[in-house]
Amino acid sequence: MPLAPAFDGNDGGVLGVLRASMPASCTHCGLPVPAGLVAPDREAQFCCHGCETAYEVIHRCGLDRYYALKERNAGAARTSGRSYAEFDDETFRAMYVRRDAAGTCHAELFLSGMHCAACVWLIERLPRLLKGVSEARVDLGRSLVTLSWDDGAVRLSEIARVLDSIGYPPTPARDAKARAQRRAEDRRQLVRLAVAGACAGNVMLFAVSLYAGAFGSMEPAFAQLFRWASLVLTLVSLAWPGRVFFASAWYAVRTRSVHFDVPIALALAAGAMWSIWSTVMGTLHPEAAGGAVYFDTVSVLVFALLIGRFLQSRQQRFAADSVELLFSLTPSVARRLKVGGWGELEEVPAQALASGDIIEVRPGECLPADGEVMTGHSAVDQAVLTGESSPVDVGPGGRVAAGTVNVTSVLRVRVAATGEATRLGKLMRLIEEGARRRAPIVEFADRVAGHFTIGMLVLAGVTLSVWLWLDATHAIDHAVALLVVTCPCALGLATPLVMTVAMGRAARRHMLIKGGDAIQRLATRRVPNSGTIFLDKTGTITEGGFTLAAWIGDESAKPLVALIERQSNHPAGVALARDCGQPAAGEVFGLQHQVGGGLAGIVAGRRVVVGSPAYALSACTTPSDALLAALAQLPAQGLTPVAVAVDGQLVAVAGLGDRVRDDAAASVRRLQTLGYRVGILSGDHPEVVARVARELGIHPEDARGGQTPEMKLEAVHGAKVGGPVIMVGDGVNDAAALAAADVGVAVHGGVEASLAAADVYLGAPGLTPLVELIEASRRTMNTIRRNLWVSLFYNVSAGTLAAFGLVSPIVAALIMPLSSLTAVTISLRSRTFDSSPRAGGKS
Amino acid sequence: MSVLYIALPVAVALAAGFLAGFIWAVRRGQYDDVETPAHRMLDDD
Repeated sequence: MPLAPAFDGNDGGVLGVLRASMPASCTHCGLPVPAGLVAPDREAQFCCHGCETAYEVIHRCGLDRYYALKERNAGAARTSGRSYAEFDDETFRAMYVRRDAAGTCHAELFLSGMHCAACVWLIERLPRLLKGVSEARVDLGRSLVTLSWDDGAVRLSEIARVLDSIGYPPTPARDAKARAQRRAEDRRQLVRLAVAGACAGNVMLFAVSLYAGAFGSMEPAFAQLFRWASLVLTLVSLAWPGRVFFASAWYAVRTRSVHFDVPIALALAAGAMWSIWSTVMGTLHPEAAGGAVYFDTVSVLVFALLIGRFLQSRQQRFAADSVELLFSLTPSVARRLKVGGWGELEEVPAQALASGDIIEVRPGECLPADGEVMTGHSAVDQAVLTGESSPVDVGPGGRVAAGTVNVTSVLRVRVAATGEATRLGKLMRLIEEGARRRAPIVEFADRVAGHFTIGMLVLAGVTLSVWLWLDATHAIDHAVALLVVTCPCALGLATPLVMTVAMGRAARRHMLIKGGDAIQRLATRRVPNSGTIFLDKTGTITEGGFTLAAWIGDESAKPLVALIERQSNHPAGVALARDCGQPAAGEVFGLQHQVGGGLAGIVAGRRVVVGSPAYALSACTTPSDALLAALAQLPAQGLTPVAVAVDGQLVAVAGLGDRVRDDAAASVRRLQTLGYRVGILSGDHPEVVARVARELGIHPEDARGGQTPEMKLEAVHGAKVGGPVIMVGDGVNDAAALAAADVGVAVHGGVEASLAAADVYLGAPGLTPLVELIEASRRTMNTIRRNLWVSLFYNVSAGTLAAFGLVSPIVAALIMPLSSLTAVTISLRSRTFDSSPRAGGKS
Repeated sequence: MSVLYIALPVAVALAAGFLAGFIWAVRRGQYDDVETPAHRMLDDD
C-alpha cells in the first residue's frame, strides 16, 4: 500500500537535511542518519528514536551478535511503539491463545520485518529477553512465531511490546485451527510418501533379482521367496499410502462421477490381484513355475502418483500461506473511548467494537469500522473502496468506512457498523460469492479425464473378452499389460509436475499463482485474438499516489517548497517534499497548517504559502495572468493544482498527478501484439482516464472512467461474451470484477480484498510482470500439451501392441516407468517461467 | 544361497527401522519448516 511511511533512504529521515560531507549510517538499520541527529562523541548513530530503543534493548541483553549476522541493507526493522493492550483482552485471548494442561499459554503471531538469519536468531532469544517466556520458534517461510509462555509471569502484551521494541511489530495469526489441520495433513502426506517410497524401492530391488534370475538359473524356491517378499511390501504400500486412491475411486463410483483415480485404482487392484494369484499358484503348484508378477509396477506407481500430488498440494499451500499472511496485516485493534471515563482511551480488538462506540483514529491508521465523524477534520484515503487516488476531506457528520486510511489529523468516530456489516465486509462477501462461481472450468477438466478413463476401461474389457475367446490362458496377461502400459502417467504425474514447477518458479519471481487452473485460463482462448485485458488505472498503470508532474513559474522557489513541505504529512505535501529536490538551508518558523488549504510559514527568512489555489491566492497581492491561466488549465490535464506564494507574490504553480509507470506503454503494446484488446476501468475522472489511454495507445472506446465497482463488474461480464477476460487491479473496488473475470490479477501493493479475489498476485511493481505471466503461462500450457501428445502417442502405440498381445506384462512394467521418467524429465526441464529470482523485488 | 532366508528379512527389517525413524521425525514436526533451520544453524551458542 502506498500508505506505509516510506523510509527508503531518499527521504533522509523526517527531520533536518542530509549532510553530504558526513554520511553517518544508523547502527541499527543502516539508513543514513539526519544531520541533526548525528552525535559526534558516540560510536553508535541512530536515524530515529525507534532504532535507538531497539539497539538499547538488544545491546543491554548482550545480543550484539545480531548485528554480525544481519545482512546489511536488508531493510530496517521498525518499531511502532503501540501498547498492545488489546492482546490481554478476553475476546482476543479466546480467539488466539491456547492454554495447555500444564498452564502454559501458546499463541502464533505474524511478525512483519523478518527476513534473514539474524532475525531468526534474535527472536528465538526472546526467553532471554523476557522472564516467563519459555520458547519462541520462528517459521521464516510463513513469517510466523510460535510462542510459549507462563501466564503468571508475563503477559502477552508485554511480549508483544518487546517484539515491537526490537523491530518486529506482531499481529495475531488468524485461523490457528485451520493451520494446525493443514500441518497435520502435510505430515500425513509426508508419511505416506515415505512408506510408499520405501516399499517401492525395496520391491524394485527384489524385481531386479527376479529379472536377473529369469535369465540365469535361479532356483524356483528363491524366486518364490522374492515374490512373497514383494507381495508383503506391495500389500503394505497399497493398504497404507495407496488407500487414498481406492478411497477416492470408491467415492467417485458412489457419486456416479468419473474420476482420475478410478483407472488408477483399477490398474493397481488388477495388477496386485493377478500378481498375488501368480504367487499363490507358484507356491501351490511349483511345477507350473507361476505366472508373471507386477509388484514392482504397482508399488512404483503408488509412489510416483503420490509424489505428483504432494508437489501439487505443497505449491498451493505456499500460495495460500502468503495470501493469509497479507490478510493478517489488516488492523486488529481499535482505540475506544472508555464509557463513563473522561476522554480516556483503551485499546480493544476490532472484533469487540459495537455500534455506538466512539473510537479515535490517528493519522496514518486504518479505520477499523464504518462510522460517522464526531470531531476532527482530516483527509481520508478511500482508495481501498473507490480507487480514487486523492484523499477526500471529512469533517463532523461525515461518513467514513472501514479499511480506509486517515491521513492528516486525529478523528473521533462514532461506530455505525463493524465486521461483516461494513461496506468492506459486504464487498468481501460479494467477492467470496464470485469466487465460488468458478466451478464449471474445473468440472470441464474432470470430464476430459473421465473420457480418457472410460475409453481405457472399455478397451481393457474388449481386450479381455476377445482374448478369452482366442486364447483364454493369456487373456488376463494381455488385459493387465494394457492397463499397466496405458496408465495415465502423463496426466497423473507430468501435468501437475509441470504446473508445480511453473508455479514454484513464478513464486520466486514474486508472482503468486493460486492454482494451476489460473495458468490454464491465462493461456487458453477459444478464438484467437478474442481476449480482453482490463487494467485499473490507479496503482496499476500509474504509480498510485502523487508525483510532481508540472511546475510552471520560478524554479528558485522549489527549495523553499521542499523545506516547508517536509513538515506536512498530507500526500500532496509528501510528494512536493520528495520531488522538489534539495531543500533550502535554514529553518521554518511560525508554521501554520490549514486543513484542506495548505501550509504557511517563514522559510529561510521569506514568507511562503503553499496550498490549494484559493488558500494561496488569498495571501497574494497581484497574481500574474500567465500563472492564473496555468492554474486554471491544470485540472483539465488531470492534475491537482497547487499554488506557491512567496512574500505575497504568486511565483509558481505546481501540478500534482499520478505518474504513468515507465514500463506501461511498452507493456500495453506487447499485450496488444499478443492478441489482447486492452482497456482501462477506473474510478477516476473520465478526462484523466482518456489522457492516460492516449498516452498508452489504448482505443478511446476502451478507456472507461468514473466506474463504480458495480460498473466494473458489468464491464467484465459484458466483455466475457466475446472471449476470456483478464482483470488487473489492486483495490477493493476492483475485487468483484477480479473475481468475475476469467483470471483476476492483483498487482503489487494491492489491498487484501483484491488478493483474496484474484487468482494471481504480482508482487513486483509495474506491468512487465503481467506480460511475463501471460507469456510464461502460454509456455507452460504448451509444455503440458506436448506432454499430453507424447503420452497419447505412447499410449496409443503401446496400448495397441498390448491389445494385440504383443506386450508381455513384464515388458509393460519396464516401459511404464520409462514413460513416466520421460514425462518427468520433460516437465522439469521445461522452460516455463524464468527460473532466476527477480532482482530488487520486495520479499 | 539359503542365507537369503535370513538376509532378506534382515534387510527388510533394517529398511523398516529407518522408515520408522523417518515417520517419527515427521510426526515430531521436524519437516514442518525446512527453511528456518538453515538459518538457525548459524547460532553457535
